Amino acid sequence: MIEELLFQLEMGAPQIVLGLVNGAFYALLSLGLAVIFGMLNVINFSHGAQFMMGAFAAWMLLAWVGIGYWGALILAPLLVGAFGMLIEKAMIARLYKLDHLYGLLLTFGCALVIEGLFRNEFGSSGLPYRIPPELLGAWDLGFMFLPIYRGWVVIVAVVMCLGTWLVIEKTKIGAYLRAATERPQLVQAFGINVPRMMTLTYGAGVALAAFAGVLAAPIYSVNPGMGANFIITVFAVVVIGGMGSIMGSVVTGFGLGIVEGITRVAYPEASATVVFVIMAIVLLARPAGLFGRA
Amino acid sequence: MADATLAAGGIAAAPASPGFWGFSRPQALAFALMVLFIAASPFVLYPVFLMNVLCFALFACAFNLLIGYVGLLSFGHAAYFGLGGYIAGYSAKAFGFPPELAIPCAGIAAALLGLPFGWLAIRRSGIYFAMITLALAQMVYFVFLQSPRFTGGEDGIQAIPRGHLFGTFDLAADLTMYWLVAAIFLAGFLLVHRIVHSPFGQVMKAIRENEPRAISLGYRVDDYKLVAFVLSAGLAGIAGGTKALVFNIATLTDAHWTMSGEVVLMTLVGGLGTIFGPVLGAAVIVTMQNYLAQFGAWVTVIQGVIFIACVLAFRRGIAGEVANLLKVKL
Repeated sequence: MIEELLFQLEMGAPQIVLGLVNGAFYALLSLGLAVIFGMLNVINFSHGAQFMMGAFAAWMLLAWVGIGYWGALILAPLLVGAFGMLIEKAMIARLYKLDHLYGLLLTFGCALVIEGLFRNEFGSSGLPYRIPPELLGAWDLGFMFLPIYRGWVVIVAVVMCLGTWLVIEKTKIGAYLRAATERPQLVQAFGINVPRMMTLTYGAGVALAAFAGVLAAPIYSVNPGMGANFIITVFAVVVIGGMGSIMGSVVTGFGLGIVEGITRVAYPEASATVVFVIMAIVLLARPAGLFGRA
Repeated sequence: MADATLAAGGIAAAPASPGFWGFSRPQALAFALMVLFIAASPFVLYPVFLMNVLCFALFACAFNLLIGYVGLLSFGHAAYFGLGGYIAGYSAKAFGFPPELAIPCAGIAAALLGLPFGWLAIRRSGIYFAMITLALAQMVYFVFLQSPRFTGGEDGIQAIPRGHLFGTFDLAADLTMYWLVAAIFLAGFLLVHRIVHSPFGQVMKAIRENEPRAISLGYRVDDYKLVAFVLSAGLAGIAGGTKALVFNIATLTDAHWTMSGEVVLMTLVGGLGTIFGPVLGAAVIVTMQNYLAQFGAWVTVIQGVIFIACVLAFRRGIAGEVANLLKVKL
């Protein structure tokens, strides 16, 4: 019995560690959603499409311009973020005075357009994107071989999340941001350009999604549908964590990735649905979410 | 007293034109036109296409009951639509249920699924409500995907027999099937209209307009929301079940989140919170899909553009704009 359990654990450990990789993407994406929601009060439905755009930007930079992974890691988020700012300026900014649901519907429409255009151009099948040579190979962790690239994804995601948290909590820009989230009019009265901050915040959130997309490009095949399925799970993550706190969404993202990994070992059939079940339980026990303010 | 205050807003428009069944005069006229169109169109247009429109029109009416009259945006209505299709298809094919049993079963099953989901989702409102319904629907999608013995997995349930209505009318003939679908649609449409204009519907609208006020007046708001949700889910299930019988197939497409998006689009195009809007929206979108089918992924792009245009410039939808132009309520 115990031997069997140990055996299961030994077999399962890689899955759980790999769950962390999924968790890294959940964390990065829900972090971006939370940052945007905090400032703009808009749920960015096109977050998944922008994640996909990040992956495609990396692919295009390599195939068309010859810029490799490391350049793409910086350039792709900037490009996609700039595109996001255009969307915000041209469309989302017109909706702030209306019901927040319109922001959701608008960004849903944007997601459809973006995905449809990419599907027309690149088809539905995936495009390959190689792991950069520096990150090839695997680490021997004793109980498993961890592909270096996956370890790298987790580390970078943690650093990125901590960085974002530090910027928001400890810098002057972050202080403005938090103030504008609470009382936009008051902050504007102090002479801070709140509309521009909103544009920049949206751009930053989108850039985070694109950054996650570049990280994902070598793991998942680069295809137009890669963001859509991710984003619905991320919505559930956001409901579980509550969008009130930045740290909350990060912790929830990683935590649920691990839970998913464990489920894949214990009861594989449920691995696709476990996040949603947890969401239902959290809604019963703490409707505002684990880290949310009621 | 409380009831009088709340109901005042809704009744104010009524005395000028009592009409029949709570329809105002322009609404009665529009309704007559719609019935006329439904009665005449199968002799001119392809009945299967029209049945498709009617199924989606009923689906959109069900969805509109929530967004238009309670102000709750469900982004997961495909789950009930899809479940309805599977239940009707499975019971008709495996148990040999006649349509008069299979379709109500679809509605009941969808309503039963809507009960726990609605109960969970109404714990939050606004954007969270939309995300929760979407996530729950995605869960249902995965369950469908992983239970091929019931749903047929990726293949769906194929060759569903339309059967004989009451053992006499052979529905294999498209025109006979059409009259059944038309009857189901009209019954559903009138039911939604009746619900909206009942005292229950007045409270629904009060919740949409000002929830804290409705609570302060002593209404158990959550109960009203839940009943509206279950009714909406049940009607969506009936629409899905009917569609499965029409096309002899129930597939995962009907349960996918893109279907939830489509019904939102139909209602938005037609006009949120108008009684005829969803029908018009469904007709427009289904027609568009029909003519654009050859362009593949462009359909998605165009739908997205329509979404954006509606939200930015056209928030009243077709019915809303027409009503505004004619200064009537539709």
